Amino acid sequence: MIEVEGLTKDYGPRRAINDLTFRAEPGEILGFLGPNGAGKTTTMRILSGFMPPTMGIARVAGFDVVDESLEVRKRVGYLPETVPLYPDMTVFDYLKYMADLRHIKNGEERVEDVLEIVHMEERANGYISNLSKGMRQRIGLAQALLHEPEVLILDEPTIGLDPAQIREVRKLIREIGRQRTVLLSTHILSEAQQICDRVLIINKGEIVVEDTPERLQAGLTGVQRVAVRVQGDGDGLEKLIGGISGVGRVTTTPEGSVEVESTPGKDIRPVIARNVIKAGFDLLELKSIDLSLEDIFIQLTREEPEPPSTDDSSEDVP
Amino acid sequence: MRNVWIIARREYKLFFISPIAYVVAFFFMILLGWFFYSALRDAIIQSTYQAYAPTVQIIISPLVTLLLFVMPAITMRSIAEEMRMGTMELLLTAPVKDWELVVGKWLGAFLFMLTLLAITWIFPIVLNFLVKPGIDQGILISGYLGLVLMVASLVAIGVFISSLFNSQVVVFLVSLAIVLVFWLVRPASTTTGGLANQILSYLNFIDHYLNFYQGTIDLSDVVYYLSLTSLGLFLGTVSVEIRRWR
Repeated sequence: MIEVEGLTKDYGPRRAINDLTFRAEPGEILGFLGPNGAGKTTTMRILSGFMPPTMGIARVAGFDVVDESLEVRKRVGYLPETVPLYPDMTVFDYLKYMADLRHIKNGEERVEDVLEIVHMEERANGYISNLSKGMRQRIGLAQALLHEPEVLILDEPTIGLDPAQIREVRKLIREIGRQRTVLLSTHILSEAQQICDRVLIINKGEIVVEDTPERLQAGLTGVQRVAVRVQGDGDGLEKLIGGISGVGRVTTTPEGSVEVESTPGKDIRPVIARNVIKAGFDLLELKSIDLSLEDIFIQLTREEPEPPSTDDSSEDVP
Repeated sequence: MRNVWIIARREYKLFFISPIAYVVAFFFMILLGWFFYSALRDAIIQSTYQAYAPTVQIIISPLVTLLLFVMPAITMRSIAEEMRMGTMELLLTAPVKDWELVVGKWLGAFLFMLTLLAITWIFPIVLNFLVKPGIDQGILISGYLGLVLMVASLVAIGVFISSLFNSQVVVFLVSLAIVLVFWLVRPASTTTGGLANQILSYLNFIDHYLNFYQGTIDLSDVVYYLSLTSLGLFLGTVSVEIRRWR
């Protein structure tokens, strides 16, 4: 279980995350989405006990990350963004070292177990420096699984893997997520869609939206979009639809169909259909376009154009 | 405490697979051998004029100087390398206390230095065969005890400096500079007994070794090296903790 309340972290004058509040229950996979520099890694570092927050409370597996850091660290498996490996050690020695630090009984057996889970048992005696990026990623994951942690925090777990490995790792994460709490960050929206029970989109250190991938995709939090196609060139169609109440932006695509945006929660399709037919157009197609998570993501994290500032004009003066 | 040992063990083993340690050990032994040889040669020349038998001091004296320069090379990677490689994140999210990490790092490097010191026993043993009626074992024991204490404090300082920077080169240069300061900064004259002189003399790394060198073990010297060791380890721990907050 992860409970976060009002979590804030400043790096000097820069605020990396601002007042984050969210929860993740056991048996839940929570996806953390956001552009680079949004504060994903910072949040994960705080939750893994790597660094304390500036303000706010974070409890992981029932323990406070600041006051009971050691207890938290015992119960968290953490895969950082840059996989921390010792290139001059063998895979087995590395995992055994980590198992020793975590005081795991029968450490060698457990190392063999996790190597099997990530399909790396054949490279157990190879040096880490000779491994490919995908293999290193898997060893990092093996390290996070060693102590069968209650909470798993994975910072971009599928980066650098080939498609077959990605499927493998996603399957693995889903399996783990059945009993444990998993928090994973990703850039890949389809990945969040596939594995996560819930998605949290953050931008500039703040939570923009929190919902299930399905509901996000259904456009409940965004706008409904409808594509209308009629026989012929459809002159005047755009204007006609634009005049219907409840209709937002109307655009004509290069293919000749008209895309209509509307306010959420209200299905405008019947009204459009009636009006289009009444005006004498031959309606060929009227369909709702699902916003992809991609669209939502871009919409939500779009850079707002900043007003031109007059302060830095002094820089132009020679 | 168990974590200290686990970290120290890995650290110690790492010296035997890293080329730097071998290079350092190689030059260390070569130079020491050369000093030993030339001291023996001088002794032979001198003994043709008068009765003269060299003591173990002919080994211990160059050993002290060499150890001062070996320390930066041995401890430069200690924590700095973990920072650079990102493995610090691994150690700081494992259930290991910050002081356990620092002490483990220190112990590993200290044990490696002790291994080097153990090998240098070959010179006193050889000397024991060459002089009659054998060497002064009092000086041998106090001399090596002093060396062990000195190495402990040197390594602690080295580990602390290694926790400050991410670059091994920077750590090496800063460590070297600090060693030189401790080594060379001494009172301008030994006759004037002002407070500043006393402090400088107290801080000087080598002055505290002189008693050991002459065969006496003075408690104040032991305390000096032990407190310097503790100070290094303490500052190292604080530095790691500060790194978390940044």
